[in-house]
Amino acid sequence: MKVKFAKPETFYDVYERKAGGDQTVTHYCPGCGHGNIHKMIAEAIADLGVQDRTVFVSPVGCSVFAYYYFDMGNIQAAHGRAPAVATGVKRSHPDSIVISYQGDGDLAAIGTAEVVHAANRGEKITVIFVNNAIYGMTGGQMAPTTLVGQRTTTTPYGRSPVNEGYPIRVAELINALQAPVYIERVALTDAKHTAQTRKAIRKALTYQVENKGFSLVEVLAACPTGWGVHPTQAREWIKEAMEPVFPLGCFRDRGAEIEAAPLEPRPFINEDLHEKLDVPSPGLAVEEVVPGTMDHLPEALRNPRIKVAGFGGQGVLMLGLGLATVGMKLGYHVSWLPSYGPEMRGGTANCSVRISTNMIGAPTVAESDLLVAFNRPSVEKFEPDLRAGGMLFYDSSLVDVAPQRGDIGIVAVPATKLADELGNTKAANMVMFGAIAEKTGLFKEDDVRSHLGDFIKKKKLIPLNEEAVAKGAQFVRDMA
Amino acid sequence: MAKIILKGNEAIIRGAVLAGCRTYFGYPITPASEIAEAAAAYMPRVGGTFLQAESEVAAINMVYGAAAAGVRAMTASSGPGISLKMEGVSYLAGAELPCVIISVGRGGPGLGNIAPEQGDYHQVVWGGGHGSYRNIVLAPNSVQEMSDMTMLAFELADRYRNPVFVLTDGAIGQMMEPVEFPDESRVPPQKDWAIGVGPGPRKNLVSSIFLDADELEGSNKHLMEKYAQIEAEEIRFEEYQLDDAELVIVAYGIVSRVARSAIETLRPQGVKVGLLRPITLWPFPEKKLAEVAGRRHVQTFLDVEMNHGQMIKDVKLAVLGRKPVSFYGRMGGHIPTEVELVGEIQRQMEMATA
Repeated sequence: MKVKFAKPETFYDVYERKAGGDQTVTHYCPGCGHGNIHKMIAEAIADLGVQDRTVFVSPVGCSVFAYYYFDMGNIQAAHGRAPAVATGVKRSHPDSIVISYQGDGDLAAIGTAEVVHAANRGEKITVIFVNNAIYGMTGGQMAPTTLVGQRTTTTPYGRSPVNEGYPIRVAELINALQAPVYIERVALTDAKHTAQTRKAIRKALTYQVENKGFSLVEVLAACPTGWGVHPTQAREWIKEAMEPVFPLGCFRDRGAEIEAAPLEPRPFINEDLHEKLDVPSPGLAVEEVVPGTMDHLPEALRNPRIKVAGFGGQGVLMLGLGLATVGMKLGYHVSWLPSYGPEMRGGTANCSVRISTNMIGAPTVAESDLLVAFNRPSVEKFEPDLRAGGMLFYDSSLVDVAPQRGDIGIVAVPATKLADELGNTKAANMVMFGAIAEKTGLFKEDDVRSHLGDFIKKKKLIPLNEEAVAKGAQFVRDMA
Repeated sequence: MAKIILKGNEAIIRGAVLAGCRTYFGYPITPASEIAEAAAAYMPRVGGTFLQAESEVAAINMVYGAAAAGVRAMTASSGPGISLKMEGVSYLAGAELPCVIISVGRGGPGLGNIAPEQGDYHQVVWGGGHGSYRNIVLAPNSVQEMSDMTMLAFELADRYRNPVFVLTDGAIGQMMEPVEFPDESRVPPQKDWAIGVGPGPRKNLVSSIFLDADELEGSNKHLMEKYAQIEAEEIRFEEYQLDDAELVIVAYGIVSRVARSAIETLRPQGVKVGLLRPITLWPFPEKKLAEVAGRRHVQTFLDVEMNHGQMIKDVKLAVLGRKPVSFYGRMGGHIPTEVELVGEIQRQMEMATA
């Protein structure tokens, strides 16, 4: 490897984004590790020829100002969130090279979740983790990697495991995950280890250029200002104090096992969207829908507010959806509003349906004109809310107490029993649909049958449900 | 265009894809999960990205990254999840990144419940995150509008380089209604400021950090100028039976529909009641409300919400004491019923004429 002493072309010549002061030197303190690491990244990007596609994400920490220096796409991110931001960039431009450059507070404290999950998903990004065992930017507070006994401004008596726990070993933590391709810990100490650091950064970036997967390089670096020592002493301290806690070495390198792949942009696909979205296609002939009327119905049942209720699993929501869908197909305004969440899982379920010749205001049904009840609690709960002149349909095979009110129409339909006769208890809701259509005159039985395919997704169930609708309607005719 | 019947939450993703969005990051939460589920189903079909993030915080920051990268990106959540996203929203606003966030309101505070509420008006309309910024906020009241306003949200977001919220609630998210979609789909605009691949994007910087006081103040003033332009050009509202109204209901979202039903019940009885429904909650239709407040026939305002009265301050600021403003609200997941509202309107009318 040729040693270069020139400034890499991936750095700006003059740091114009750096306000005030000398715009040819960095803002970093003497002896700080960031300058070396920046240069190693800049050189690698230049040598790999990917400057125009590199995006540098710099979250909170001393390196938040990395965009002063790198002549690359730059994004400044919130504290700890760089791996999430990098994910957003990389997923949008899979042909970019994305670097998440993070300090120890950023990565191992406030951003622990983001880096762990980006690594676990195998995001094809490069994380450069600068571990200097202290918070530099905020003025020398404890980091998650601060050593036991180390004094910081928030551990003035030294870090105590009893109060603050132990330093986090990030490389080892990430190494517990399956997806990462390359994990190495290096240190900026003597010439040999600095060369090793340079090599590791280069390898991690090369793997990204080769589209191989997630890499993390943890660099043990000095913060002479935060530690309160001379830069030369600081390098010694890394060796003597940090390395025993954070052993150097390559924890994983699966680069050779993975074949290099080209970096391809994500195409923008805009064809046949409607078909792909399961919505009617633009060219599709629209059936002329004549606005429905309800003049043929008794006044109390016009523009009905319907409540359908029962146990979860009885097809209560499906019956409601059926009423709304057939209503829509017949040119009425409709709405369907379910009770939702845990209520639906094994407990009671209900939905409110409105079918109207006018635009629908509230989709809620507090007082109903039609109540369809599949169990006793539903009769007890909703019968009082029926308006006078309304109608109550209940499954008389399951509800053992007759409804009480004298000012409503009561229709007992043994829906479950009739569905059992068809060989499928689950068709009870469509038996009830047939009975409702026949008794109220809201829909014609044939209209219900012909629109079953508009709300029942499993096409093989349609013949059975057609039979169920017919059986319910027949029951009502026989009753008369 | 033929209509189909869909849940509000399901309509959102269809609208988003037709608006040119191919990027969704989110975290499951009731009653917003169908949005993530629809994105998981449809984004791969259209060559897009769906990613279930490890947290709401990560999801909004993934949106930040994708928005910085110049694509149309979105996320969705509810109450507690929206609270968590607010850090990212502030950064998006500060860095002037366009994105769409769907907030499907549920009961709060705390874990609350999963029933519909409008308790997030404060945090979404008035901020929620740190710093001086505003979100554009659209409040649909039907499944059709869930799709239409999601599409509009992407246009506004790019027009102003600003986060746009679609603020809805569990009822509209969960309800099904007929909906139709436009024939034309949109292609996102080219964004010269965005980060990406190429020599142009290389020079770009997405950031919200301005160390120098003058610079930060300058940046904030730039935001304020943008917000003033949004206030001048993007106010949307709907009025119903206002021409002779003595009592004016102010309500948005699902409540505006209950109000409409109550008005339909009362008008034939000779009760002069009307509705002003803000569609943009920010920018708020302040001038329109002020104009209505100045009308001789208007005696009183009734603000109706599914919370403890979070919009009422905006209403009062617009009415400026010219007419009384009273409040009727339900919480905990109760949607005010038409019967309740009819009773409240009658009571207020009696008080106004007494």
